Amino acid sequence: MSIETKVIELEEVSIRFSGDSGDGMQLTGTLFSDTSSLLGNDISTFPDYPSEIRAPQGTVAGVSGFQIQFGNKKVSTPGDLAHVLVAMNPAAVKANAKFMMPGGTIFYDSDSFNQKNFEKAKFKTEDPFTELNLLDYNKVPVPITQLTREALKDLEIDNKSILRSKNMFALGLICWVFSRPLDYIEKYLTKKFGKKELVLESNLRVLHAGYNYAWNLQHMTPRYVVHPAPIEKGLYRNVNGNYATAWGLLAAAEKAGLELFIGSYPITPATEVLQALAERKDLGVKSFQAEDEIAGICTSIGAAFAGDLAVTSTSGPGFALKSEALGLSVMAELPLVVVNVQRGGPSTGLPTKTEQSDLLQTLYGRNGESPVVVVAASTPSDCFHYAYMSAKIALERMVPVVLLTDGFLGNGTEPWKVPKMAELPSITPRIAKDASKFQPYQRDPQTLAREWAFPGMDGFQHRIGGLEKDPSGNVSHDPANHQLMSEIRRDKVDRVVDMIPDLELLGEDSGDLLVVGWGGTLGHLDTAVREMHANGTKLSLAHFNYIKPLPANTAAVFSRFKNIVVCELNLGQFVGYLRDKLPEFKYHQFNKVQGLPFTIHELKDNFLKLMEE
Amino acid sequence: MPETLNYTLKDFKSENEVRWCPGCGDHAVLNGIQKAMANLGIRHEDFAVISGIGCSSRFPYYMSTFGFHTIHGRAAAIASGVKCANPKLTVWEITGDGDALAIGGNHFIHCIRRNIDLNIILFNNKIYGLTKGQYSPTTDRGFVTKTSPMGTIEDPFVPGRLVLGAGGTFFARCVDNNLKHSQEVFEEAAKFKGTSVVEVLQNCVIFNDGIHEAISDPKTREEHQIFLKHGEPMIFGNDRDKGLILDKGKLRVVKISEGGVKPEDILIHDTTDEDGFLHQSLISMKLPDFPVAMGVIRAVPSKVYDQAMEEQIAEAKSKSRISSVDQLLSSGNTWTVE
Ligand SMILES: Cc1ncc(C[n+]2csc(CCOP(=O)(O)OP(=O)(O)O)c2C)c(N)n1
Ligand code: SF4
Ligand SMILES: [Mg+2]
Repeated sequence: MSIETKVIELEEVSIRFSGDSGDGMQLTGTLFSDTSSLLGNDISTFPDYPSEIRAPQGTVAGVSGFQIQFGNKKVSTPGDLAHVLVAMNPAAVKANAKFMMPGGTIFYDSDSFNQKNFEKAKFKTEDPFTELNLLDYNKVPVPITQLTREALKDLEIDNKSILRSKNMFALGLICWVFSRPLDYIEKYLTKKFGKKELVLESNLRVLHAGYNYAWNLQHMTPRYVVHPAPIEKGLYRNVNGNYATAWGLLAAAEKAGLELFIGSYPITPATEVLQALAERKDLGVKSFQAEDEIAGICTSIGAAFAGDLAVTSTSGPGFALKSEALGLSVMAELPLVVVNVQRGGPSTGLPTKTEQSDLLQTLYGRNGESPVVVVAASTPSDCFHYAYMSAKIALERMVPVVLLTDGFLGNGTEPWKVPKMAELPSITPRIAKDASKFQPYQRDPQTLAREWAFPGMDGFQHRIGGLEKDPSGNVSHDPANHQLMSEIRRDKVDRVVDMIPDLELLGEDSGDLLVVGWGGTLGHLDTAVREMHANGTKLSLAHFNYIKPLPANTAAVFSRFKNIVVCELNLGQFVGYLRDKLPEFKYHQFNKVQGLPFTIHELKDNFLKLMEE
Repeated sequence: MPETLNYTLKDFKSENEVRWCPGCGDHAVLNGIQKAMANLGIRHEDFAVISGIGCSSRFPYYMSTFGFHTIHGRAAAIASGVKCANPKLTVWEITGDGDALAIGGNHFIHCIRRNIDLNIILFNNKIYGLTKGQYSPTTDRGFVTKTSPMGTIEDPFVPGRLVLGAGGTFFARCVDNNLKHSQEVFEEAAKFKGTSVVEVLQNCVIFNDGIHEAISDPKTREEHQIFLKHGEPMIFGNDRDKGLILDKGKLRVVKISEGGVKPEDILIHDTTDEDGFLHQSLISMKLPDFPVAMGVIRAVPSKVYDQAMEEQIAEAKSKSRISSVDQLLSSGNTWTVE
């Protein structure tokens, strides 16, 4: 290797691949992150794509991006700002200018920097970098289109296929810059295109062309080195939140000895949960693509009545459609897991962007006194654990559980140490055993959970429904009974508190400032608090995964801090809930609703200001 | 099931007091279904009765089987989930004209399209009974109800036509006051594999009394109804002297042995005719020009959703190398950190 190359050693580095939504940037990013994980880096990724599948080519609206951060220690976020940007056209530069680290490197396809594309991206001049004030950056023009064409000139393939392999050039180039070997990518391509020799050949050639080009150009490209992160021993894989959710549910079904049923209707960014389960017919999954979200939850309620671990998955608008039926499962007291992969709202809102604004809908969005258990996952891989726990709670307490994730978790990936089934907690569904004593609404005195008996079980024939009933299960309109039953359903959910762990603190046990978060913001809050801590600022983080009920020690933890700031990606929903549940504390709030995750930078700024006050 | 099951109607009655209005057609349908169930040779615990909301949907409370009284319009979806979760069950869905065809229209057509093995009993009283007398999607144009004081300005659904339009494989019709015939129809619906829809012309004594009287009156029954049976000629009338023929592509009522019509000219009913043309014509027959068609009009054996689901699962299990979650999690792109 040439000695001229400038080698930059970094603890962590963030790269953004960006191009037209047809440019294959998601695949490029995924292959690069998988390669990095295999090299032992910890990673965190975040795809950022437009809601139109193919918005007009070359426009800013059509830009699709994929950000990955990898490092030599624990990486919890995809990074606020990118060190390196790979831009396939001028629009990609425009869309990403605000996400660039000052002084970073921009590789761009110089062939696409022409008048036509400047116009499409609505640049006024022919100098996009100056226009965007990106002066202090290392800009590396690479004639990607032309070099790709060149590499393939003696192959008999059409122009469209040639242009489609440009992303492999970019990938090869970046692999050299970050000292990544190509073998994993080669293996992947061979597996994917093994039967289509020409496609395989062209992809491999372009990949190598990109790699070699960077090697030849090394005098002008900085080379980055990021050493492997020290991580726990074991078997690892990369996983995104949607897959982790689906697999957590599968694990719960297996542990409980039940079959898994999912009734669902496609909706971004939740569709993949349904897809991931539809792929698993080999594990007996009954996946039912319903005619709408109402049918999604209703088929699941039917399956729960019939004795399956029943699940339905959706995002905000679909969750709204499910509300009436969710009330039925509250009333019928059937086990059910509803997954809501939140996105920007209201209405169609920002379908491909992330937000935490369905919390109040989840807690309160139903007619009548209709409590459900609410759980929230906080990293892509812990979706597995919280999906598993949601199913455990539903089955052991005969109650619907809503699992909140979001677009950031659902689509984001990270390496995950694969758990063993034997290590997971037991799940004991409350299947009735003694027909002579069975009454549908007889309860465990401790947990208030009823027993579960389903069609096919001889001697357990019974009727349930959405009408109010007395404790023996008979329909009742008696006023006092309705109050009693409403309280029982409330208490049953509250008593789930004995299944959930105490709230843990990151940082000091007590002090001036407690940062409070919930769900998908953990990576950013954790990084911000850790970094401030490392600089000697004393503050702490309490992050919630169990929202209803709250962990038993919540008030005790809060009482040890002078100030509490609740950070969330909405206009203040969790903080409102806390004000209602624990009114004895005063809460500051920090909110963002831009369809984007927090940045470490803005969090730190905000915490510092609060500590100075 | 080798065991002999000697059930009677009583085995399917629950101890709950039946609360429909005295004289409501629902009482007779309840009896008919209970009798049919007793005759089917299916174990009592394998029945599940799922209903939506409406007078008719109170049905499960009056049964001693497993039952689920759900929410308005959603019974088809919930019953679909029950059947797919456990295809061994015999699942009945009880629904009304509002429940199935208004709020539940979407689930109704999609359930039929999928051909899930359910027995859907559609109580058509052409009115919203439970909410006390508003018009429904089967109410005739111009009919005066509480919400149509000047008469409705919309045309009704003909349930059977909707079933055919959705690709339905089984459709039958019966009348609440003809217990013996209804019971036969219910048994046939239950035996058919696929979505069986039975439209029951049901009288609501309180809000729509006599709406089906021209059809259902026992005195004129033989003249105003034609009882169709697979493989038998389409004959009706007190003297069984009338029949249906196909004339220039349309159904026509003829008198046998008059005007040169021979008995062999009369159409023979074929429930299995896949092309729905004749079934559609039979379903559409109205008084006074035609008798109203009763019995099993269509029963075309086709692929059944819940069976296909089981088959796909069995096939995937036999072909896949993954048979446990541990295997799944360690499959694909993994690496080991030492
Ligand atoms: C979501 C919802 N909307 C409206 C109602 C009120 N409602 C109950 S039953 C019914 C109509 C019932 O008519 P039908 O299905 O024909 O049954 P019938 O009472 O005639 O047997 C209506 C509108 C309801 N229970 N739920
Ligand atoms: S209101 Fe009509 S449909 Fe309802 S129970 Fe009374 S008679 Fe029957
Ligand atoms: Mg009705």
